[in-house]
Amino acid sequence: MSAAEAVVQAIDVHKSFGTLEVLKGVSLTAMPHDVVSILGSSGSGKSTFLRCLNFLEPPTSGKVIVHGEEIAHSHGKAESKKQVQMLRRRLGMVFQQFNLWTHRTVLENVMEGPLYVLKLPKNEARDRAEALLDRVGLDERMTVYPSSLSGGQQQRVAIARALAMEPDAILFDEPTSALDPELVGEVLKVMQSLAAEGRTMIVVTHEMAFAREVSTSVVFLHEGKVAESGEPSKMFAHPDTEVFKKFIADVR
Amino acid sequence: MDFEGIILTYWPKFLEGTLVTLQLTFFGVTIAALLSPPLAMLRLKGPRAVQIPLRIYVSFVRGTPMLAQLFLIYYGSGQFRPLLQEVGLWGFFREPYNCALLTFALNSTAYQIEIIRGGLMGVPHGEIEAADGIGMSTWTKYRRVILPHTYRIAWPALGNEIILLMKASALASVVTVFDLMGQTRLIFSKTFDLSAYAWAALIYLIITTVFVTLWRISERTISPQIFASKRKDRAVIAGMRG
Repeated sequence: MSAAEAVVQAIDVHKSFGTLEVLKGVSLTAMPHDVVSILGSSGSGKSTFLRCLNFLEPPTSGKVIVHGEEIAHSHGKAESKKQVQMLRRRLGMVFQQFNLWTHRTVLENVMEGPLYVLKLPKNEARDRAEALLDRVGLDERMTVYPSSLSGGQQQRVAIARALAMEPDAILFDEPTSALDPELVGEVLKVMQSLAAEGRTMIVVTHEMAFAREVSTSVVFLHEGKVAESGEPSKMFAHPDTEVFKKFIADVR
Repeated sequence: MDFEGIILTYWPKFLEGTLVTLQLTFFGVTIAALLSPPLAMLRLKGPRAVQIPLRIYVSFVRGTPMLAQLFLIYYGSGQFRPLLQEVGLWGFFREPYNCALLTFALNSTAYQIEIIRGGLMGVPHGEIEAADGIGMSTWTKYRRVILPHTYRIAWPALGNEIILLMKASALASVVTVFDLMGQTRLIFSKTFDLSAYAWAALIYLIITTVFVTLWRISERTISPQIFASKRKDRAVIAGMRG
């Protein structure tokens, strides 16, 4: 497999905050239609790593390559703001805390990117947003403000907002961790349907069932390094490392 | 005291003064409103060499009486008349109205910098990241996400600042500007009738009342999401009662 085929490739990514080295050389490759789950206990650096992929946290060193294009950075800063903006348009991001724009309606939240970033005409942006909201099951709540939605509904809007940019891959940062248990299912269902239609996804998660059944590969981070990675069925059945064995025992 | 007689005789003077007061306030506030957002951003994120002078400016304005600031500009410009004439600015400073306006603009800018700074700091961080996350340009991010939140947060304090400045503009009368207060003093010196001041107070009160009402309405249009949820809350409470 050549690098040019991969949607997202990270090579030996390091990230330090001051003297604290959070990532000590993490690599990952997501091919088209891959669903990569990133697992790890808290403090393992998994969220930081995901945020390095779209430069919300610029890596201290290492390569991030999206569709063959390497993002130039030095001294913990991206070299070109423009390049990072283009990168982010190709990689959607779904946050743990949804981060919907509270001053805009549900429909406006989803239209915002197509309208003001992709500069689509208004009717096109609206059609796209309506179709996506329909798809995540929120076509009835388009005119309300996010504060009147449940967490699960807000997260589904956030997924629609990411999809509206028609990204090459979507990054999910613990998308269900802030949700009440009974609301987790509706978000996972949407994510599962995205996986089924062949979307490339990189998911930081604590949902073992999702990692095992939906993802095509699993990366287990421990103390800023990849401790173990591979196919989920194999990894969960026969963990190679003690740390991963302990991790799956603990979260169960 | 001839409460009615005063207004019947002098209403054109009161009106004239009111218009000057409104004008001074409007221009002072507007100049400050244009200057303060970029300065507030510099105050927050600018290089130290810019932040420190801004801090000094703000503490000076907030720490000294506005009357002292007005005298500094009005009498101070007189002291520097030759210099100002040389650079062609004397024509501006010769007019007491201009000195008052400059004082109000500089004064309000300092306060508005602090108000806007507070608003900028209150913008939900996650919403800024969401804008970054879809690759918004910096300008679009400010226009569509940061500034709408900033002004929503700052709006009540800005209204307060405008009212304070409107009332403080009465100080202009001290340097011979015939604003509402200046006209009232003139009327009083002619009639020795205290009701002139009563009328002035009433007119100030009317201006602030009208302004407060308009500002409240504008608050609804600027933060629709809050009023939408308030309506919903009320409906829920009504539902529980019903």
